[in-house]
Amino acid sequence: MFDVKSIKAEHKLLAEYTYEPAKLNRGYTDKTLYVNIGENQIKEKNVSKEMKEKFIGGKGYGLRYLWDATKPDTKWNDPENEIVIAGGPLCGITQYPGAGKSLVVTISPMTDLVIDSNVGGYFGPFLKFSGFDAMEIQGKAEKDIIIYINGNDGKITIEEAPLEAIDGHVISEQLTEMYADNEEDKKNISVISAGTAANHANIGLLNFSFYDLRRGVTRLKQAGRGGIGRVFRDKKIKAVVIKFKGTKGNLNNPADQSLINKAGIKLHKQIHDYDDVQCRMRQIGTANIIEVMDQYDLLPVHNYQYGNHPDTYKIASNVFVEKFITQGMPDGCWFGCSLSCAKAADKFEIQTGPYKGHLVTVDGPEYENAAGLGANCGIFDPRLILEANFYCDTYGVDTISFGTICAFAMECYERGIIDKEATGGLDLRFGNGLAQLELLHQMSRGEGFGAKIGLGVKKLKEIFVKEHGADADFLNEIGMEQKGLEVSEYLPKESLAQQGGYGLTNKGPQHDEAWLIFMDMVNNQIPTFEDKAEALHYFPMFRTWFGLMGLCKLPWNDTSPPDNHLTDEPAKMPEHVQHYVNLYNGVTGSSIDKNELILQSERVYNFQRVFNIRRGKGLRKQDAMPYRAMGPVTIEEYESRQERYDQQLVELLGYNPEGKTTKEKIKVMKEYRLDQYEKLTDAVYKRRGWTPNGVPTKEHLKSIGMDLPELFEVVDKHM
Amino acid sequence: MIKVNTKDFEWEEGLTVQRLLDKKKYTFTKIIVKINGNIINKEDYDSTIINDGDDVKVIHLLAGG
Repeated sequence: MFDVKSIKAEHKLLAEYTYEPAKLNRGYTDKTLYVNIGENQIKEKNVSKEMKEKFIGGKGYGLRYLWDATKPDTKWNDPENEIVIAGGPLCGITQYPGAGKSLVVTISPMTDLVIDSNVGGYFGPFLKFSGFDAMEIQGKAEKDIIIYINGNDGKITIEEAPLEAIDGHVISEQLTEMYADNEEDKKNISVISAGTAANHANIGLLNFSFYDLRRGVTRLKQAGRGGIGRVFRDKKIKAVVIKFKGTKGNLNNPADQSLINKAGIKLHKQIHDYDDVQCRMRQIGTANIIEVMDQYDLLPVHNYQYGNHPDTYKIASNVFVEKFITQGMPDGCWFGCSLSCAKAADKFEIQTGPYKGHLVTVDGPEYENAAGLGANCGIFDPRLILEANFYCDTYGVDTISFGTICAFAMECYERGIIDKEATGGLDLRFGNGLAQLELLHQMSRGEGFGAKIGLGVKKLKEIFVKEHGADADFLNEIGMEQKGLEVSEYLPKESLAQQGGYGLTNKGPQHDEAWLIFMDMVNNQIPTFEDKAEALHYFPMFRTWFGLMGLCKLPWNDTSPPDNHLTDEPAKMPEHVQHYVNLYNGVTGSSIDKNELILQSERVYNFQRVFNIRRGKGLRKQDAMPYRAMGPVTIEEYESRQERYDQQLVELLGYNPEGKTTKEKIKVMKEYRLDQYEKLTDAVYKRRGWTPNGVPTKEHLKSIGMDLPELFEVVDKHM
Repeated sequence: MIKVNTKDFEWEEGLTVQRLLDKKKYTFTKIIVKINGNIINKEDYDSTIINDGDDVKVIHLLAGG
C-alpha cells in the first residue's frame, strides 16, 4: 500500500483560486473553468447566449473553445492545444439511465484533427455540481502536476505532484484516498488520469474514475480514442481530481422534474422486464455480442481478413459471465443507470509485467476489448484478454487502436514483411497473447517494438516501407486506419453503408456515428444509395446529440420497448427519441421536437467538419477507406468466401467467374466496390448539404443557423 | 423459392420459421419475423410453416449504433 500523507507532503502549491460555486439552473451554470498550467492561471468564463444556443454543451462547447484556442496549424503538442472536458445540460440527472457522461475534446496526435471521446465516471456531473459547464486545460507544465477542484469549498489548486504513480489504477486509488475524509467520502471523488504508456504512445487514453463502495476499489472508465492521454501527459498532468459532496437527483434544477421522472420510470420498467431476453446488458454488458458478431461473419479475425473463427466459443460472453466477472450491483458508471452495463473481474491475478502476482479489479471486457485484443489478433484465451484489458487501462492505452495495430503488425510478421529482428525477438504470430502483453510492457517503458506500435498503424506503415522495404500499396490496403485513427472492431466488408459509417466521419473510423450493418447487410432495408445516405445523415446526427447532452448511447437502442416493432421507424426507436425530447424539455424548459433535436446536432457536426477543413483536412480524399474494409485484398480472403464472392460477381456485375483466376476476380471485385463507395460518398455529401469535395455549402450552413463569419471564411476557399 | 429480406432463398417442404432462422444462422435475440406482412410471435416460430412463394422479413433491431 501507499502512504498518501507522505506523498501529499511533497506537493508544492503553484496556484490557488477561490470562487463562489454557481448554482445550476435548468441544466446549466453558464460558467466554465479555464486552467492554464503553463502560466499557473485559473479563471472563470461566462458562457455567451450565442454559444449556448448554437453549441448546446458537451462536445459542442469543447469544439467552440478549441477553435478559439488554436490556430489552423496548431499541433497536438503545442502549448495552446487544449483538453476540454464538458458534460452537457442533461449530464448529472439520476432519474434516467446513462446520464453521467463527459465529452473530452483535443487536437489528436493520431489524426492531427479534433478528436472527441465520450466517457463515464463521476467527473462530468461533479464538474457541473461544482459550478462549471466545461473545463479547459491549456499550456504545458514544467514538472508533473495535479489539478484539484473542491466543488463544495469553491477552491481550485495547481500543485506539483512528484511522488504519485502514473499508472491509472494506482494513482486513482492514491488520490481518492488522499482527498476523501473517510471511506464513505470516497464516492465523492473522481480522478482523471492516464498511464505510463501515455508518456510515449500516441494511442494514450484518459481514465475517469468513480469509487465502487461495494467492491471497495476505484473503477476506471475510458476516454479511449485518438490519443487524449498522450496530450494529457505531454502537458505533464498526472491527474485532475474533483471532489463534490451532496449529489442528489435535482441538482440540475430542472424546469419540469415530472417530465424527467416519467421518462425514467418507463425506461427502468422496460429494462427490468425485458433486458434478460434482449441484450443482457445487466448480465454481461456490451460483450453480449461477441458470439453474435462471429455468427454473422462480422467479428474481425486476423486483422480483419475474416469474420469468424472456430475458437470464438472460448471467448463467448458466457465464458466471462461464468468464470470471471461480476455485475448487476448498483454501481454503474453514474447513479440511476438501471441498464448497469459496467462489470468487473474482481481479484483477478496478473501473470506478467510490473503487477505480476497482484490481485486487481479489471473493468471489462467490453465487446471491443474482446474483439480487438482477442479475435482480431487470433487470441482466444479469456485470461490473456482480461490481462491485456487491465494493462491497456492502467498504462493508458486505447484498446481499440492497440488491438488493430497489433493485428496489423501480426499480419505483417506472418507475411514476412517484418521479422524477429524488427520485432526485437518477439514471435509476433497471430495468437501469441504473451507477445501482445510484452508489446504493452515495452510501450509503457517507451522501449523496443512496443514503442513503435504505440505510434499507430499510419506511422507503422511508413516505418515498414522505409526500414523494411515493404510494398506501400499493399500496406495501405491492409492497414486498417483512416485519417490516422484505427478502425474499431467490426468487419464492414459486406456492408457498404457501414463502410460509409466508418469512412464518412469527422474524427475517423469509430462506430459511434453509425452502425448500420444489420439494417444494410442483413435486413436489406436501405438498398439504394439514397437510402444509405439518409441513414448516414440521420444516425450520425442523432448520435452526435448524446455528445452534446452528456448522455450514453446504450439506453437508446440496447433495450427496446416491447411494441417497438409496430412503430413506423423501429430502427430509430421512436419511443426513446421522445424520451430524449422530453428529458431535454424537462431540464431546460425548452419546447423542442425530434426535428429540432437533429438540427442541434447538425450545427455542431458541420462546425466540426469545417474545423477539420480549417486544419487543411476534412475533404473527400481523407474520407477514403483502406480496401481491407471494403473487400478481399488477398487470395486467401477471397477463397475463404469464394461462393459468396463468385455469386456477387454474377448477380451484381454480370461477370462470369468460371475459368478465371482468383487474382482476376479480386481485381474485378475491387473496381466494383471502390466505385460503389464513391457513389455512396456522392449521395451522402449531397444529403448532408456538402459539395462533392465534402465541404459544407454556405447555403447549408445558413439554413441550419451556422452562418458564422469564421466558418464562411474557411469554406469560401473551397467554393 | 421464398423471399427473405427481399432476397431469394431456397424453399423446402415443411420449412418452419425456426428452421429458417437456423439455416440463416440468425441468432440475434432482438428480431421481428413477418410472413407476408403478418408478425409471427416468438412462441410460434417452431410451429409456423413457411409456404413456397412467401415473403419473409427477419428484421434485426440493432440499428444506427
